[in-house]
Amino acid sequence: MGREAAYDAIVIGGGHNGLTTAAYLARAGRNVLVLERRHLVGGSTVTEEVFPGFKFSVLSYVVSLLRPEIIRELQLPRHGLEILPLESTFTPLPDGDRLVRWADHDQTRREIYRHSPLDADAYDRFGQLMYRMALAVKPILSMVPPDPTSMSPKDLRGMLRLGKHLRDLGEADFFMLYKLMTMSSADFLDEWFETDPLKATMSASGIIGTFLGPRSPGTAYVQLHHYMGEIDGAFRAWGFARGGTGALAESIASAARELGVTIRENASVGQVIVRGGRAVGVAMEDGEEIRASTVVSGLDPRRTFLSLVDESDLPPDFVRSIRRYRSVGSSGKVNLALGELPNFTSLPGDGDHLRGAISVSPSQDYLERAYDDAKYGEFSRRPYMDVIIPSLIDPGMAPPGKHVMSCFVQYAPYALNGGWNDEKREAFGDTVVDTLSEYAPNLRSAIIHRQVVTPQDMEDEFGLTGGNIFHGELSLQQLFFLRPAPRWANYRTPVRGLYLCGSGTHPGGGICGGPGRLAALEILKGGSR
Amino acid sequence: MCRASNWRPWAGYLAAGSYDLYHDREYWAIRNAAGLIDVSPLYKYLIRGPDAVRFLDRLVTRNVSKCRVGRVMYTPWCDGDGKVIDDGTLARLDENVFRLTSADPSLLWFHDNAAGMDVSFEDTSDSTAALALQGPNSRKILDAVSAPGIDGLGFFGVMDMELGGIQVSVSRTGYTGDLGYEIWVDAEKAIPLWDTLMEAGRSYGIAPTGLMALDMARIEAGLILVTVDYVPTHQALLEEQKSTPLELGLAWTVDLGKERFVGRNALARQAETGLEWQLRGLEIDWVSLEEAYGTVGLPPMVPSASWRTSVPVYDGRSQVGYATSGCWSPLLKKYIALVHLRGSAGVPGTALEMEVTVEHQRLRASATVVETPFFDPPRKRG
Repeated sequence: MGREAAYDAIVIGGGHNGLTTAAYLARAGRNVLVLERRHLVGGSTVTEEVFPGFKFSVLSYVVSLLRPEIIRELQLPRHGLEILPLESTFTPLPDGDRLVRWADHDQTRREIYRHSPLDADAYDRFGQLMYRMALAVKPILSMVPPDPTSMSPKDLRGMLRLGKHLRDLGEADFFMLYKLMTMSSADFLDEWFETDPLKATMSASGIIGTFLGPRSPGTAYVQLHHYMGEIDGAFRAWGFARGGTGALAESIASAARELGVTIRENASVGQVIVRGGRAVGVAMEDGEEIRASTVVSGLDPRRTFLSLVDESDLPPDFVRSIRRYRSVGSSGKVNLALGELPNFTSLPGDGDHLRGAISVSPSQDYLERAYDDAKYGEFSRRPYMDVIIPSLIDPGMAPPGKHVMSCFVQYAPYALNGGWNDEKREAFGDTVVDTLSEYAPNLRSAIIHRQVVTPQDMEDEFGLTGGNIFHGELSLQQLFFLRPAPRWANYRTPVRGLYLCGSGTHPGGGICGGPGRLAALEILKGGSR
Repeated sequence: MCRASNWRPWAGYLAAGSYDLYHDREYWAIRNAAGLIDVSPLYKYLIRGPDAVRFLDRLVTRNVSKCRVGRVMYTPWCDGDGKVIDDGTLARLDENVFRLTSADPSLLWFHDNAAGMDVSFEDTSDSTAALALQGPNSRKILDAVSAPGIDGLGFFGVMDMELGGIQVSVSRTGYTGDLGYEIWVDAEKAIPLWDTLMEAGRSYGIAPTGLMALDMARIEAGLILVTVDYVPTHQALLEEQKSTPLELGLAWTVDLGKERFVGRNALARQAETGLEWQLRGLEIDWVSLEEAYGTVGLPPMVPSASWRTSVPVYDGRSQVGYATSGCWSPLLKKYIALVHLRGSAGVPGTALEMEVTVEHQRLRASATVVETPFFDPPRKRG
């Protein structure tokens, strides 16, 4: 106290949300400092040259949920953002067959028809339904969650707006939305389709990043969450950021710098300084103290409140809520440097099927079995994988003729029996390579370098509590006005002047930026809750 | 053969937009001689079984029990709200065998409506090809190949025959509003059949004809096109985008005397309360068009091919509807369009205005509401 605040706002963590908040605050004339613990910004949205000449999007690897208003308002294309299309989803099958969903509607129809004529018809209608559902949920993504128990005019207005929106959906869509919110993705898809690999590949987006199986209730919503992404107005379009996801974070950082934000790398915050119930700055791990009238944390809620803030500065019931907040990692990442392209038995050679997503999800049982292993503390013996080959989309990711391959792998439980260590990490990497080699036998000999990231690594190196990629499970009990805690879903916290802006706030995880933007807008409104 | 290399995607196939660099000759072949059009991308379903009639009577708006063997019916089918899902031709090939064509895939909808019925569906879209031979000389060409019985095949009749040694099913149907036939053939025999018809048609001015010419002909005939002139319910994003058959000028296909069919109650209600929207023809006045172009010192320019964008139609200051497709009819020497009109604007004879863009400026040309078809030659039925 007494010392002059050096900044209007300090943002802890230079992830894509922290950078977004910083940029929006600076855009409103605030003097902002971003403190990033690592040597580069981006958080989980980073590109690193782990092996000479080969660039890996180390963790997050595709883009779709990034809010279009952020691209527009921060003029990200001018700052280098380019999103290249990921056009297809290729599911190789163990029996030598395959299922490919292409960019062209008719080509996809023909392919699904080969598996089931009825599913080919149903696929169009399902797409139509999900489009309407995404339309129904989309406005909620850009809304600060109101507190349904509060009688404040602001919250009442919010609830009224929400109620009107839901009423306007119409009967059929409202009931469908209710089903989506409550069902498992497997059950939901069973109502529509009979082709197992199709259902499995589609339900996979319902389990990504969650510690749930396709038959767990609540996963249908997570699936919808993945449908809500949009690129150039087209729903459910997924893209690849040129230069890897790090380039996306860098474009936000560039916009922020231009707006006057100061970004310090290798700057590790040890503590949020609280005086008289109010955040007044941060203490760095090296002892330096920096003052600011507002402190914003882009870290996940557990890390923010259980390690950066003194518990005695927080109400006990709030601490309990945060302790209960589920943030358990379920996935790992394996990045490969390849001397040649994988050659899939079910669709040999180079081709457009390698330029999109490659999904190891042959059946719903396969996914559920993969989950079974994880439930009892083992990584899946045969995991679900979402694989892309970024160098085919952006040749700059690898030396000419060589390739990088990004494998999102599920399940890899954070609480592995006996804990993670180097040996387990390599065994996990071997499992991934073994699994992929069953579909593409040349893969093993094509590998030049391998990077394996376990949930433990995600926590240790990237600060994701429990290795949860979404800063906390995207399950219904911790979404919207419950994210991260009841009564504290509006980016404010029990500590005045301390705000949250990470994926642990509404609308949640993925490269979205929504939390960062909405947090900044709330901060600019000022006031307490 | 497709010298224009003008290919267009159609239901997962590539179809010729025009074979010649310019589609004019193909259009005139339809009206003056004969055009041969590959319409194989249509969806084609065989519906069989003791309950086939019962099923179809539930599915479509027309009275299928009145359709005799060897006859074809044009019919739409609707959802429970009476909104059109699709339309096509339904041929009764045998007592319990029908062939139904559709623009969109329909298998799932058939299954949804066949619960508890003894009926089966075979999707022959890929295995059956369809060639449309359309135009005043089409009958003569079939005669020249030797098509026994073709002279006796009436409008909307269907029969099996051999054409040049190839087993085919021939229906006197088409999408041109002219004398014409559609020939349904095993896909593997489609190319020999095409060659046979081209060979026999040479003396009668036959021309391989693409979709551009076909589109002009169908507008002249007042035949609507799914996704262009109406949004099928399964693709609609808004309730307002959907249409009932009554609103599309297809009241003649809706048999409210039938006790039950999908959408019946909604259609019966609408028949009673009246229509808010109606599909009509619009003739754009030449003199008015001349004046519009005259403002910039140009002679009137009419489109050389059909268009399919939504164009506003006005009554004074208020927009009363929109045109969904239109073309200059070289035969009628008229600029025509298919329009959706609200309320009393749909009364034939009403004077309205359609937007025309002249040198980047939005102007209006006078137009008159007319009944469709614009062109209906006696030879079509004769």
